[in-house]
Amino acid sequence: MSFSTRLHREGIGWALPVLVIAGWEAASRAGVMPANVLPAPSAVAEAFWRLTLSGELIRNIGVSTARALAGFAIGGSIGFALGLANGLSRLSRGLTDTTLQMIRNIPHLALIPLVILWFGIDEEAKLFLVALGVFFPIYVNTLLGIQSVDPQLVEMGRVYGMDRRALFFRVILPGALPAIFVGLRYALGIMWLTLIVAETISASSGLGYMAMQAREFLLIDVVVLSILIYALLGKLADSLARLLERLSLGWHPAFQNA
Amino acid sequence: MPAASLAAVRSFVATPPALPAEQFIERPRAFAFKGVGKNFGDKVVLDGIDLEVPVGQFVAVIGKSGCGKSTLLRLLAGLDRPTAGSLTFRAEEKRGGEEQDHSRTRFMFQEPRLLPWASVVKNVEVGLTGIASGTDARQRALDMLAEVGLADRADEWPSVLSGGQKQRVALARALVGHPRILALDEPLGALDALTRIEMQQLLERIWLAQKFTAVLVTHDVAEAVALADRVVVISAGKIALDLDVPVQRPRRRGSAELARLEGTILDRLFG
Repeated sequence: MSFSTRLHREGIGWALPVLVIAGWEAASRAGVMPANVLPAPSAVAEAFWRLTLSGELIRNIGVSTARALAGFAIGGSIGFALGLANGLSRLSRGLTDTTLQMIRNIPHLALIPLVILWFGIDEEAKLFLVALGVFFPIYVNTLLGIQSVDPQLVEMGRVYGMDRRALFFRVILPGALPAIFVGLRYALGIMWLTLIVAETISASSGLGYMAMQAREFLLIDVVVLSILIYALLGKLADSLARLLERLSLGWHPAFQNA
Repeated sequence: MPAASLAAVRSFVATPPALPAEQFIERPRAFAFKGVGKNFGDKVVLDGIDLEVPVGQFVAVIGKSGCGKSTLLRLLAGLDRPTAGSLTFRAEEKRGGEEQDHSRTRFMFQEPRLLPWASVVKNVEVGLTGIASGTDARQRALDMLAEVGLADRADEWPSVLSGGQKQRVALARALVGHPRILALDEPLGALDALTRIEMQQLLERIWLAQKFTAVLVTHDVAEAVALADRVVVISAGKIALDLDVPVQRPRRRGSAELARLEGTILDRLFG
């Protein structure tokens, strides 16, 4: 794929948001949209500039990103490890899968009151919720990926003398990777969602906290700014995951001449 | 497949020395089944199979669906264990201590079973697992790919190859480790008629060059008599016919001699 066609494709994806913002600005200037309902994009941009200069925005984004990634790393690695274990071992699956499926059916955000009682509004509470939210998509898709590896290929690997290690790294893991990436992208969405909710309810820093503070002082431009930043961060995380996907799934027909 | 590559494969078929069937009797045994039986639960799939195959022989195993011919092959390759009798391999392999009974047996499946996430050459290198690695493995894999006429496709993904090309990669993978025995489970069954003939010629040429023992399970009687030194017909878990094919190579498809043998085999299958 050439650079220009890629730019063209990416450009198409951004056309709609740009159009919406232009219409929104026009509506605000014409007075159709009152500023206390939705401030003009230019007012939001101004708030962005103000908060950037004061350093508040960068600090809050940094705090939220660090929380998101730490929670993701913890929940994601546990989910990945358990997914592998349960995909590869019948015993492990028998022992843990029922329990995990029961826990999975509890909406993790319903645990917020309990988590606040346990951890207060410290970092642990946010990490716990993000880790829990991220855990399941990664776990379920890793398990599914391993279970759906073509048994004929596994048999081929055995016949050609692969030991367990080679079989895992050359046959099972690559075969499970497409499903694992689905889990990864799903988990990234849940990561931001959980963090924002947790920060909105109980925090003393971070993007969610910034938005709640702004609400207290009726700074609606800052509230809208926070929401836009969530959208951008979410898109950034998804783009990174897709890049990784393209790099490691080049063999997959879906990623050829795509 | 373009006509040019068909011609290229044709030209590989060198004039081989003719080997009369009697000559095999002098040779050491590649493997022997002695009273081998296999049950799956109550179902008897193979019963009292006695089969001795000398080194370098090309044996075709024919039978109707469900007659146990694939099971025979899986026993040979160590994919299953017999429930009765014994299976022995050429003596010096055991004395060497390094090689296990099945370690120099390679299996070619009905499907190519290539790893979709590995390039063509990496797939061939799978055949060198535990034999060679690194640049040595790559070089040997590339040489083998050249033998099957796919040297220029080495770095492509398997998904872009045609069915016949995939099966040629699978053949290269099976042969790159220079197996003593090659077990083929209807590997050409899913190919179209022309590609199949091309593959048969390729297989014959490489077999003549590498001198491994080949056991080909097939349901195609014409394929069996065109390729094999010996045809074994399995029926209801037993050997119903064990027939030498004393026809000189290169064999001409459709010759009266082959047609007569084909008739004998078909009579036994349906008579």
